[in-house]
Amino acid sequence: MSTTTLAALVPALPALGALAGLLLGRRAPGFVRPLAVLPTLAAAVLAVVVAVRQGGGEPVRAATELAPTGNDALPVQLALNLDGFAVLVAVLVGLVATCVQLYSTGYLRDDPRYASYAALVSLFTAAMFLVVYSDDLIVLLVGWEVMGICSYFLVGHYWETPAARSASLKAFLVTKLGDVPFLIGILALASEAGSFRISTVVTRLTSPLSGFEPAHPTLIALLLLAGVAGKSAQFPLHTWLPDAMAGPTPVSALIHAATMVAAGVYAVARLLPVFAASAAALTVLAVVAALTMTGSALAALAQDDIKRVLAYSTISQLAYMAGALAVADRGAAVFHLLTHGAFKGLLFLAAGVLIHAAGTNSLTVMARTGGLARRAPDAFWTMSVALLALAAVPPFSGFFSKEAVLAAAEHTAFGTAHPPFEGAHAAPAGAGWIVLVAGLVTALLTAAYAMRLWLLAGAPARLRGVASRGDQAGGTVEPGTDSAGAPLVVGPEKAAEHVPEEVPRQAPETVLAQPAPEREHHGHLREPAVMTAVLWVLAVPSLALGLAFPVLPDWFDGASLTPTLATSLLATGVALVGGLLTYATWRHSTALAALRPGHDADPGVMLLGPLHRHAAAGFHLDALHRALVVRPLHGAARLVRFLDREVVDGYVTGAGRGARLLGAAVRRAQTGNVQTYLGALLTGSLVLAVIAVVAATGNGGA
Amino acid sequence: MNPVVPQPLAAGHPGFLSATGVEVVFLLVGLVILGAALVTVTTKQLVHAALWLVVALGGIAVEYLLLTAEFIAWVQVLIYVGSVVVLLLFGLMLTRAPIGRSPDADSGNRWVALTVALAAAATLVTVVIDAFRATWIDLEQRTGPGKGSSEVTGTALFRHWVLPFEALSVLLLAALVGAIVLSRRQKAGER
Amino acid sequence: MHLAYPAVLAVLLFCVGLYGVLARRNAVLVLMAVELMLNAVNLNLVAFDAWLRDTLHAGQALTLFTIAIAAAEIGIGLAIVLLVHRNRGSSDIDRLRDLSEGGGPSTGDPGGGSREETSVTPATDNDTGNGPDQGVPESAAGRRPA
Repeated sequence: MSTTTLAALVPALPALGALAGLLLGRRAPGFVRPLAVLPTLAAAVLAVVVAVRQGGGEPVRAATELAPTGNDALPVQLALNLDGFAVLVAVLVGLVATCVQLYSTGYLRDDPRYASYAALVSLFTAAMFLVVYSDDLIVLLVGWEVMGICSYFLVGHYWETPAARSASLKAFLVTKLGDVPFLIGILALASEAGSFRISTVVTRLTSPLSGFEPAHPTLIALLLLAGVAGKSAQFPLHTWLPDAMAGPTPVSALIHAATMVAAGVYAVARLLPVFAASAAALTVLAVVAALTMTGSALAALAQDDIKRVLAYSTISQLAYMAGALAVADRGAAVFHLLTHGAFKGLLFLAAGVLIHAAGTNSLTVMARTGGLARRAPDAFWTMSVALLALAAVPPFSGFFSKEAVLAAAEHTAFGTAHPPFEGAHAAPAGAGWIVLVAGLVTALLTAAYAMRLWLLAGAPARLRGVASRGDQAGGTVEPGTDSAGAPLVVGPEKAAEHVPEEVPRQAPETVLAQPAPEREHHGHLREPAVMTAVLWVLAVPSLALGLAFPVLPDWFDGASLTPTLATSLLATGVALVGGLLTYATWRHSTALAALRPGHDADPGVMLLGPLHRHAAAGFHLDALHRALVVRPLHGAARLVRFLDREVVDGYVTGAGRGARLLGAAVRRAQTGNVQTYLGALLTGSLVLAVIAVVAATGNGGA
Repeated sequence: MNPVVPQPLAAGHPGFLSATGVEVVFLLVGLVILGAALVTVTTKQLVHAALWLVVALGGIAVEYLLLTAEFIAWVQVLIYVGSVVVLLLFGLMLTRAPIGRSPDADSGNRWVALTVALAAAATLVTVVIDAFRATWIDLEQRTGPGKGSSEVTGTALFRHWVLPFEALSVLLLAALVGAIVLSRRQKAGER
Repeated sequence: MHLAYPAVLAVLLFCVGLYGVLARRNAVLVLMAVELMLNAVNLNLVAFDAWLRDTLHAGQALTLFTIAIAAAEIGIGLAIVLLVHRNRGSSDIDRLRDLSEGGGPSTGDPGGGSREETSVTPATDNDTGNGPDQGVPESAAGRRPA
């Protein structure tokens, strides 16, 4: 089979699997698991084969006309574009999706809606494959929207809880808010460039021969950017992502690691020449990325829910990718996308195991009970690996990809960047500076919140018991003699502080979908083997994918992804500082909490100080949205309702009421007194007679 | 409002001031009738009202005589004065009407009634006078028996009006039966 | 004789009867007023018959018919009044308000509001002496100075 046929099979298989799963799910429950896992696995294998065959060489393209648009020059084509970016991202998608499907067989094995869930995950995967492989903007949009609706269903999987319902609605509406400008941007771009084919558009933009200059590059780029911000959860449309944690944990892993949020970054990477044509758009992208990465990293430091920490971390890491794109280095962006997909998927899946082991989402409660590392060692240690990757500690994968981003920003800032493709403007130096500074600050914050997450989830008792277990980010851990034996006390006000009013409480997965971990003889909670196996599978790329940096440029644009010495030292330094600072604060706050029961053991509270309250609430962006969007809309709706009820309906009801009033007036005359009736009757006939007489004599006179 | 006068005015147009004897008697009796009628509708004593009604109806019989309708006049006396008033008196008795002054003989509708009646009177009098100001009734006897004599009336009634007369007899029978059915006391089991 | 004399007399008599029909409370008095109105009409008929010299004597014949019908009417009318009086204990026509809208005291009927009073008694209509005996004190109690 040719490469293109194989590539066409990649999205088709999970889609067929989803269809079969939806059709057979109720009638043949035994087929649900194979139907969920096997097509995804086959698609992943095929994606690997396609990647190997393509081999980073010239892009393979194939197209067949799908639908006419009324303009012969602008047909919608089912077009495939297999270049280095596409095949590698597809491999990542296949890997993560397979892991998620395998993990879900264990995680949701007792869920009554597992069949539809698995089918929707398959459909989601197929849509992402379509987005990745598609060369046609409209087909890309189709996949993009299918992902949107699938995310709505999956986030709302536990629709019994109001949090999940509102979160799914919010995810859907917020991403749609970005999709409308995205669609307009696609149409504008296609009408200016004369094609829906991404490759054609890019060729026309980059080729010096064509001399094609878009008329409104900034406008188109900003319109596209709105859609990307919605899908990839960038400021100010990122608020759906933390709430989307109301879905099952594997769905969070799927959305966050490989599919939905990655689609936005991937789309910008594919269309980067469009953005590169406008310095303003790149600057906007840089500012958005900088705001997003620092703000969400701060917010991650203040969250109590482990999944919300990871969600804000995802937003922050996506902003890194957006920052790389803002300095027009899509190689670095996609590199970070790959490594992030691996370690963030691992983080979420491990977090799911930890949540089940602890029976709660709350980091505070986890820290208080402790012993998680003993109860779920696989999850804990794989999560440690992923956290190290997240904190960009060498030689984990996150280090190399983040260094590639920072190096690209540094090159742009100092003007030493070479254009990624012919004919492109170099990214503005200002954007480079913004991304560089924000990236370094975020590196510190990332290490801090990763450390905090690890410390709070990671069983202090065990830490104290093993006196000097090495920690790559935080150095050597001292024996916790000062607080040994004293249980961590969490004041009730802390819980209130950590879950502010406007943040919907997460779906109680632990109550609704408790998979009832098998109890072994010793009373230890054991997760199914398939779940832990998946964790270790994902731990490998988290650990080692970064080492591929010398090879990857061949697959990408050719720009070097090798870390530069200066930024490496700087970033690792601030990461170490952040980690150590958090550890020291944690020691201090734990000691204080041991002394005074009311004190908070969470290092995030002390680190952030007065900022903590705002960061925990996501910097009140939800409240801002409510004030800026929701409330005016409510007001307008109320006004419309008022106009409809009181003014428009006023005429209708007024007509009826007038008739009723007349009727009531006439009814009052209906006294039952015959003499009154007769008097009225005679008066009326008298009046008529007088009128007749007057009329007759008047006529006679005239 | 100006009806075509079917017959020429006999002997020109006598003035209203030069009243004939018949006219004078007619007017005087008419005044008595009006007075009796007014007392009938205003008196507080119910039995008096019935008695004053006798005066009014008898006065009308006199007017019929003056208008040369002898047979009608006697029928009026017989039926109205003789039977109707007696019926009314029986009605008053059977409904236990109080003897003597009853202060609430008039309903609360009185002022409205007065207004309506006065307005109607004004309108009708205006119209009637306007229409018949100059119309003259020739009451002179030309030939044969009187116009309103029993012979003439009987001839007209049984020659030209036989069918309505018979229909009227059926109606009277129906009224008779109806009155009996209505006034009969029902037995307890019949309802 | 001037036609205006009987015509005006008839008009005035008619209007007096009209007043009586509208103003009287006792149903028998109303019937008397109706008789007055009928007689006014009869007077008109006779006068016009005399004026027109009708060979068919339509006016006089019609007067006879009217008198006969009036006699029947008074018989039936009095029977109805008697029946009403027996059933309701009262023959005051402004208190017979069963056809009024709404019912109950909320309608605020100005003429004595006797719905409750009148609706108490109908069970006695087939009893020989009780109906009127019960009716009189009630109707007396229900009456007010107009």
